[in-house]
Amino acid sequence: MSRAEAVRTPRVLWTFGFLRNELWTTFRRWRTLALLGVLAAVPILVGIAVKIETGDGSGPGGGGGGPAFISQITNNGLFLVFTALAATLPFFLPMAIGVIAGDAIAGEANAGTLRYLLVAPAGRTRLLLTKYATVLSFCLVATLVVAVSALAVGALLFPLGDLTTISGTRISFAEGLGRALLIALAVAASLVGMAALGLFVSTLTHSGIAAMATTVGLLITVQILDQIPQLHAIQPYFFSHHWLSFADLMRDPVYWDDLVKNLGLQALYAAVFGSAAWARFTTKDVAS
Amino acid sequence: MGEPSAAEPEAVPDPRPDARGVGDSVIHTRALTKRYRGGQLAVDGLDLTVPTGSVFGFLGPNGSGKTTTIRMLMGLIEPTSGSARVLGRPMPRSARAVLPHVGALIEGPALYGFLSGRDNLLRYDAADPTADPRTRHTRVAAALDRVGLAAAAGKKAKAYSLGMKQRLGLAAALLQPRELLVLDEPTNGLDPQGMREIRALIRELASDGTTVFLSSHLLDEIEQVCSHAAVMAQGRLITQGPVADLAAGTRGRLVVTTPDPADAARVLKEQGAADVVIADDRVSAEPPQDRDLADVNSALVTAGVRVRGFGVERASLEDAFVALTGEGFDVAG
Repeated sequence: MSRAEAVRTPRVLWTFGFLRNELWTTFRRWRTLALLGVLAAVPILVGIAVKIETGDGSGPGGGGGGPAFISQITNNGLFLVFTALAATLPFFLPMAIGVIAGDAIAGEANAGTLRYLLVAPAGRTRLLLTKYATVLSFCLVATLVVAVSALAVGALLFPLGDLTTISGTRISFAEGLGRALLIALAVAASLVGMAALGLFVSTLTHSGIAAMATTVGLLITVQILDQIPQLHAIQPYFFSHHWLSFADLMRDPVYWDDLVKNLGLQALYAAVFGSAAWARFTTKDVAS
Repeated sequence: MGEPSAAEPEAVPDPRPDARGVGDSVIHTRALTKRYRGGQLAVDGLDLTVPTGSVFGFLGPNGSGKTTTIRMLMGLIEPTSGSARVLGRPMPRSARAVLPHVGALIEGPALYGFLSGRDNLLRYDAADPTADPRTRHTRVAAALDRVGLAAAAGKKAKAYSLGMKQRLGLAAALLQPRELLVLDEPTNGLDPQGMREIRALIRELASDGTTVFLSSHLLDEIEQVCSHAAVMAQGRLITQGPVADLAAGTRGRLVVTTPDPADAARVLKEQGAADVVIADDRVSAEPPQDRDLADVNSALVTAGVRVRGFGVERASLEDAFVALTGEGFDVAG
C-alpha cells in the first residue's frame, strides 16, 4: 500500500504559490486591465479639462464638495494627484473593487472552477484568505494607477515645484511627493472595508454578476444615505463616511483624528465581514 | 493493512476507533444521507464499499443521486446524516489530508476560458499545498501528454472542444500519482476513438494500482472496464458487488431457433425448462437447472424437432439493471 509512505505534507512556502498564481491570474485578465485603464483615464480627462478651462483665461470654477485641490492644479501639477484621488474615491475606485471582490468566490462558483480548487485541495480558509489578499492588492494597485497616471499628466501639462498646504504653509516638492504617496496609501486603506464586504457578498451567491451588482448597489446606497442629514446618527458607521479624510494629510501639521477614525472603521468592517465570509464559506455546500 | 476484506460485514458499526479503510476499502460509507434544503432526499442511507484496487462502476439513471454522493465523498457538501470514509479517513473533516491523494473529475470539467490549457493545470496544481512547485511544469507537461493534449497546451481553454475540455479535466486529476481517481462520466462528449483512449487510460491506471471510481450511465462502458459495480436508483443503493456476480444474478436464456416451435416448446418443458416463450421461429426458456444443455439438444433432435440454432444468450449488465430497478434506464422523476 503506497498510502503510508506517500503522505505529502504541505510546506509553508509552497502554500504561497497559490497566492502568486491568483495574483497573476487576476491581473492578466482583460477585465482587470480594463478597470485599471478606466481608472488611469480619469486623471487624463481631469488634467485636459483643467488645461482647456484655464487656457481661455478664466480661472477654473470651484469644484463641488470635494477638497479644493482643483484650483491649485494650474500652479502645481502635483495637485492633480490629490484631485484625481478625490474624484475617483467616491465611486470609480470602490466600483472597481466591488467588481473584483464580488467576483472573487461567486465567479469561481459560477464557472464551476470552485469545486476543482476545493478538491485540489486549496482549503476553504486558505482560498478565502488568498482571495482577500488579492482583492487588497488590487485596491493598492488601482490607487497607485490613478496616482501615477495623475502625476504623469500633471507633470506633462502643468508646472511642478514647491507647494502650499491646506494650512497655508509651503513645503518642498520632495515632501509633496511623500505626502502624495501617503495619501495614495490612505486611499487604498479606505477600500479595505469595501473589499471585505464584497468578498462576503461573493460567498452568498453562485453568480459573479449578481455579487458584483449587489456590492456596487450597496456602495451607491451607502453613498446616498450618507448625504441625508436626518441619518447623521448612523452615518459615522458607513464605510465611506471618513473617506475624504485623506485630505487632512495635506495639512501642516497633519490632522490625524479623522484618518485614524477611518482606519479603525475599515478594520472593523474587515473583521466583521471577513468573519462573516469565513463562517459562510467554510460551511457552505458547493453544489455548482 | 493486513485485514481480510471478507471479514468485514457491511453496515455493522466498526468498533475500532481508528480503523483505516474498513478492510481493504478506499471508500466506505455508512447510512450516508443527503437531504437538500428544499426537502428533497437526494441520497438515502447509502452503504457503499469500494474495494482497494478495483475499477468500481457507479451506475444509475440521471437524478439517482450519483453526483450528490460524489460531492459528499469529496467534501464539497456536508451529509445530512451518516458517515463517509475515504482512504480510511472521515470526510469532509479530513479533506486536506485525503484529497491530495485523490484525483477527481466531477460533473464535467470546469476551466478558466481565458487561460491556456497549460495555465489551467498550473493553477489547479498551485492550489494544492502539497504539490512541489519545483516539479510543477514537468508534471503538468506529463499530464497533458498522457491525455493527448500536448499539442493544444498553449491554446486558450475557451477554444477547446467539449472532448478537449474533458481531456483537460482528466489531466487535472492526473497531476500527481493518486491512490484514488473519482471520475464522473469521464467519456462524456468524446468521440468513439476518444472513448477508447480514455478507457485504455483507465485500465492502465488501474493496473498501476490506482483505485478508480467511475460513474457512468453507459452500461457497456461499465461492463468493459469495471471489476466491481454499484447500482443506484432514486437515491438508494440497489446492489453492489463484482460485475460478474451482478450479471450472473440474471441468468442467460436458452434460445432455440426452429421451424417447429410448438414441438420444440413441448420438448423443452419435458426437459424441465421454465418460462417457455414462443416468438415466431424462436423459442426461448430458462435453461433447466439439472441437465446438461447437450442432452436438451439431443432430446430435441430425437423428438424430430428440426433445430436451426441452439444457444444461451448471455445476460448483460443491462438485463441485470432492468431486473434490479424494474423500470429500465429512465430519468428518475
